Amino acid sequence: MGTLGKAFADAFGLLWNLDPSLVETVALTLQVTLAALVIALLIGVPLGAGVGLARRLPGRWLLVPLIYTGMGLPPVVVGLFTYLILSNQGPLGGLGWLFTPVGMIVAQTIIALPLVVGLTMAAVQGIDPSLPVQMLSLGATRRQVAGVTLLEARVGVTAAVVAAYGAIISEVGAVMLVGGNIEGETRVLTTAIVLETRRGNFALALALGIILLGIAFLTNFAFHRLQVRQGVR
Amino acid sequence: MNTAYRLDDVRHCYGDRCVVDVPALEIATGEILAIIGPSGAGKSTLLRLLDFLESPTDGAITYAGDVVDGDVPLAIRRDVTTVFQRPMLLRRSVAANVRIGRKLRGLDTKGGDTERWLERLGLTELADAPARTLSAGEAQRVAFARALIVEPSVLLLDEPTGNLDPYNVGLLEDIVRAENADRGTTVVLVTHDEFQARRIANRTALMASGSIVELADTEAFFTAPEDPRTAAFLEGDLLY
Ligand SMILES: Nc1ncnc2c1ncn2[C@@H]1O[C@H](COP(=O)(O)OP(=O)(O)OP(=O)(O)O)[C@@H](O)[C@H]1O
Ligand SMILES: [Mg+2]
Repeated sequence: MGTLGKAFADAFGLLWNLDPSLVETVALTLQVTLAALVIALLIGVPLGAGVGLARRLPGRWLLVPLIYTGMGLPPVVVGLFTYLILSNQGPLGGLGWLFTPVGMIVAQTIIALPLVVGLTMAAVQGIDPSLPVQMLSLGATRRQVAGVTLLEARVGVTAAVVAAYGAIISEVGAVMLVGGNIEGETRVLTTAIVLETRRGNFALALALGIILLGIAFLTNFAFHRLQVRQGVR
Repeated sequence: MNTAYRLDDVRHCYGDRCVVDVPALEIATGEILAIIGPSGAGKSTLLRLLDFLESPTDGAITYAGDVVDGDVPLAIRRDVTTVFQRPMLLRRSVAANVRIGRKLRGLDTKGGDTERWLERLGLTELADAPARTLSAGEAQRVAFARALIVEPSVLLLDEPTGNLDPYNVGLLEDIVRAENADRGTTVVLVTHDEFQARRIANRTALMASGSIVELADTEAFFTAPEDPRTAAFLEGDLLY
């Protein structure tokens, strides 16, 4: 049986036996990813809507290219930056977040945020500008205008969620640096894959990869169902 | 006569081009004022100023006795609403579009108001239809219903019957007259249809190149215009 066949068998075996260390790794992966995603959405969606709607915002000419650049930040650089901030000598060293899941969430949030802001902004800008004006005329507050416009742009906003989710669940450089891949504490699927590959356990590494892809697929399947339902009207 | 709006030296300019230039204008509470005039005259821009969607470059707009500038109080903004030349409906059901104004005000949306307005505009059958699939005339009636359901003190109408068949034009004019009579709604109607102005307006104004050329009681405006440009416009000459 080749490596690939063994990998599928291993993946199945790990899942079937609910391998405790796998369960722990998957749980932490989901925790870190979802926490970072939720924080990035809470900050990024309103920010993206604000920038998207404020077409005459001063400094927009600089802000928008900065956001676009942020969308392509190399995760490893974010990891390094977060590491320096959270390390003992760093400004936030006192928090003791380095090599903890909280530190990993910080790094992942920084990676996800520009994606959420940029894609939300683009989705909102795709809406006919007369819509916010007509909502104002119907008595909407600025905040309500943003809410209504976001709902109109819901398909695009869901795409922002999907992109951010995909970027952080598959990310390895930042969580490796900031988390340290400590078994039972900061090991997530991607860093486990790196470790098992280095150890020569290719089948196990591949099995973990298959599980990671499976989780990503299931989540995206759910996001897509949501998008289809929203698209009806 | 109570004054709904008073404009003093109001100008609205894009760059150095002023598309609205109105030295003085009063709109009485409870009147129906029609504004006619050539395309590009600044009629829609004037309505945006009256709806406080833009602030004038210069001059002062007084609404119900208060000078309104800078941040317009929400209560004043909610007193006025527009039916736009090109209504933009939400990607939701027709009924959801009709009740949006009440929802934005935090008012009850379950009550019969939505149904009543759907019915008044002949939209009952379409209540659950996605609004984006409507024909132009249907969409215009939805825009009308969603404006009237908030019971505005001032109703601004920008070519509201452009896409309607004669039956629905009559229906809308009846509703405007009824709201004006029953609730004292002030109406400013921009129209290219002179007969419509004659049918429902108390006063009529001609606007050209940003200025009010003539403003008079509707009857006098059409039968005995004082300004030669009004006469020319009514005869179908191009005005600049
Ligand atoms: N945001 C803007 N920026 C620059 N010019 C504008 C803007 N909005 C309107 N204009 C110009 O102002 C002028 C008046 O426009 P407006 O829409 O008020 O005309 P109108 O009288 O309503 O015409 P119509 O009968 O065709 O609807 C037009 O020449 C238009 O091009
Ligand atoms: Mg117009």
